[in-house]
Amino acid sequence: MVQPASGESAVIELTGIERRFQVGDQVVAALRGVDLTLGDGDYAAVMGPSGSGKSTLLNILGLLDRPDAGTYALGGVETTSLNEERRARLRRERIGFIFQSFHLIPRLTAAGNVELPLTLAGVAPKERRERVAAALDALGLTPRAHHRPDQLSGGQRQRVAIARATVMAPELILADEPTGNLDRASGEEVIRALEGLNARGLTLILVTHDPVLGGRARRRIRMADGAVAEDLCA
Amino acid sequence: MRLRDTLGFAFQALGSHSARTWLTLLAVGLGTAAVVLLSALGEGARAYVEDEFTQLGTHLLIVFPGRNETTGGPPPLLGETARDLTLDDALALTRARGVARLAPLSVGQAKVSAGSREREVNIIGTTADFLGVRHLSMAQGQFLPPGDPTRGHAVVVLGKTLASELFGHHQAVGGWVRIGERRFRVTGILADTGQSLGDTLDDLAIIPVASAQALFNSPGLFRILVEARGRSALPGAEAAIKDLIRARHEGEDDVTVITQDAMLATFDKILKALTLAVAGIGAISLAVAGVLIMNVMLVSVSQRTAEVGLLKALGAAQGQVAALFIAEALLLAGAGTLAGLGLALGAVQGFNGIFTSFQLVIPAWAPIAAVAVSLGSGLVFGLAPALRAARLDPVVALTGR
Repeated sequence: MVQPASGESAVIELTGIERRFQVGDQVVAALRGVDLTLGDGDYAAVMGPSGSGKSTLLNILGLLDRPDAGTYALGGVETTSLNEERRARLRRERIGFIFQSFHLIPRLTAAGNVELPLTLAGVAPKERRERVAAALDALGLTPRAHHRPDQLSGGQRQRVAIARATVMAPELILADEPTGNLDRASGEEVIRALEGLNARGLTLILVTHDPVLGGRARRRIRMADGAVAEDLCA
Repeated sequence: MRLRDTLGFAFQALGSHSARTWLTLLAVGLGTAAVVLLSALGEGARAYVEDEFTQLGTHLLIVFPGRNETTGGPPPLLGETARDLTLDDALALTRARGVARLAPLSVGQAKVSAGSREREVNIIGTTADFLGVRHLSMAQGQFLPPGDPTRGHAVVVLGKTLASELFGHHQAVGGWVRIGERRFRVTGILADTGQSLGDTLDDLAIIPVASAQALFNSPGLFRILVEARGRSALPGAEAAIKDLIRARHEGEDDVTVITQDAMLATFDKILKALTLAVAGIGAISLAVAGVLIMNVMLVSVSQRTAEVGLLKALGAAQGQVAALFIAEALLLAGAGTLAGLGLALGAVQGFNGIFTSFQLVIPAWAPIAAVAVSLGSGLVFGLAPALRAARLDPVVALTGR
């Protein structure tokens, strides 16, 4: 397992990131020369209107997408030159994803969903059970462990997703509009859970268009037209 | 990822689309059952024929009058027919090298009557050795008496059915029957023989060969059954018989000698080819089931793109994603095959329980071939959907576009 590095080290270093998409016969630049450094334990909100490039940035940060130019070092590992297999491994071990639409597998129970990253990593069944139980317990989901997603409320589903994102003990949590599908109370619950992870030292990056939510982050990055327009530290 | 977990995940995925899964299992199962049942039918036919031939007796040679091969040359100007195979020929053959014993056969049909009852049946004229050569046994009384075959005693051995038709519950042995113009004393009744190449020996009368020749007014024999001294003596006996007949027939090769092995081998070859052909037809249906697996898997991949995207985000490499979907295809194929094997086994047992005279025999290779074809088609047809899943762009897959 990867231990959180010391406070001053950079978890994320983006330099000159460019990403272009072909739309019809036009080339649209989603990111134009983004430079960004995030330290270990940071809590950053990426905000901006739709089309500003924040989702593309998140996909590149999550190693789901490759930039057309620039370099991205995650925890000191230069990722742009890695093959797909190595990138998958980094995703598995260092990054936890939280999606707006939860992306729970409907046929699996809460525990089954949380177990999935461990299963994919080939962890032994006994250790899996222990870690799943611990992850569910940390989010107050133990009584719901054997419920399927359709038997859970929205807030519970997103907390199951958070448990899944943390069960591999990553150093980086990427949350894409985590409260977008939730009512205010459930959203608050989920945000507290995420901030609790940050308080334990995990780096948290939140993509949102909600200024209230974004305002809670210590660092607020505003994107516009594929570039960082504003980068404020509280 | 552990193999067990891969299979478990695939199993759960299949379980969540139960209707689709069951239908595919049904198709694979029926395909498998078709392969096994069709080959069991062919193999059963082969075993049936082999059994029939063995019933005829082992180390058996059959001598026919006439030749089954033609050579060149002009057609004969004078009506020249093949020489008859005579009783003297048969008697001469008893002294041929490698021959243990033989039974000449003269066959025809005649009316057999006892009192007011009359039946037209096959009459076999032969000698005392027929009983041993054909591995028959007596239910009652004695078979034809040994002794000079050229003398036509007025004795008859009846098949079981014929005896009961003519005599009912009365004692047949010691009674008299009329065959043609002569009266014959019944000396014995054959034991139940069952079927022999479709012919029953239960509904006939056996009389001395000389009596039959007189009855049918024909000196020619239908054939001669020759038992060799052993399996190894068969080729020698065959050559000796041909030499002897050629010498007796003024240098003409005008008989055909067939060994039972040769006949058996021919039937064997034909029926094996037939079995493979019908099994092949079954295999086609299994391959069609494979196409169905592919269809189901393609639907599955397109319905589960978001799931594939999630798996990739959770760190599944392309190979892992492909393995998960191939495992699903193989599970479908494997479970379907198992069900099909069970179905075929049940059907074969049911059939064999109902029809005792013809038994289905599942050849050992059939289930192996069925499993191989099924898993093979599962793999081949599962590959394309699995690769499609593996190559999905996670960003696109996650947004469900």
